[in-house]
Amino acid sequence: MGKLTIGVFSSLVGSLSLDFTVKLSEAAIKKGHKVDFWVSGNATMLSKKGQRAFKDYSALEKKLQELFATGNFQATTCEACAEARGYRKEDTMEGWKRHSMDWYLASCFSADKVLHIGGD
Amino acid sequence: MAIKKFAFIVKSLPYKTEASRLALTHAIASQTVEIYLEDGDNVEPVLAFIGDGVLNCLRNQTAMNTYGVTSLEQHIKNSLLLDLKVLICKEDVEKFGISEDALIMDAEDIGGETRANIVAFSEIMKEMDSSHHLLFF
Repeated sequence: MGKLTIGVFSSLVGSLSLDFTVKLSEAAIKKGHKVDFWVSGNATMLSKKGQRAFKDYSALEKKLQELFATGNFQATTCEACAEARGYRKEDTMEGWKRHSMDWYLASCFSADKVLHIGGD
Repeated sequence: MAIKKFAFIVKSLPYKTEASRLALTHAIASQTVEIYLEDGDNVEPVLAFIGDGVLNCLRNQTAMNTYGVTSLEQHIKNSLLLDLKVLICKEDVEKFGISEDALIMDAEDIGGETRANIVAFSEIMKEMDSSHHLLFF
């Protein structure tokens, strides 16, 4: 099966782009594909641990943990974007990696398809 | 061994959002992507400014003085210094009434030799058609 690389730049709160891409990842994995998931800019907030699940806001941690458990999903957050927003490695949700932007380009290099969703 | 072309297409306004800055930093990151790839593999970046995005290319930006952050002008010059192909859409430049001497066309002041090019949108389309992946910002 194929490998899909998804890059997302939208906010966790204020946009449903991250919700959409997590759902898309789940659908792709169910079809047998592997997914690389990159967040940069405001989207890095998705990777911060300790988020409270309110019904009025996107809460994706549980779904992400299910995706990590499949073994076919890896997610990476832009280290500089995260640091600029004041959260450190120890604040990162379990399962996530932190790398610089070249990781995303390398993932795109070996991807069968790239879905790049711009931010706000 | 493979070289894959990635087109970074900037259509966002400068400074209004982080989008164009992220386009530039991701494009520049192509210079270090080799560390993750097999020997001989690499990424060939093309950076193209279209629509509102051409306004990122205006000279004499003062973001450092005004906001204390690096300007997009500096990032574009760094791209030229690293020999990235930088294209600016001719039709959109004309639409805004911008003359070439108002645009960042080179990085000579920091030792760059590569120049930006103002080209017809059809040329940018050709670059997109020949790219393995399109990344719109």
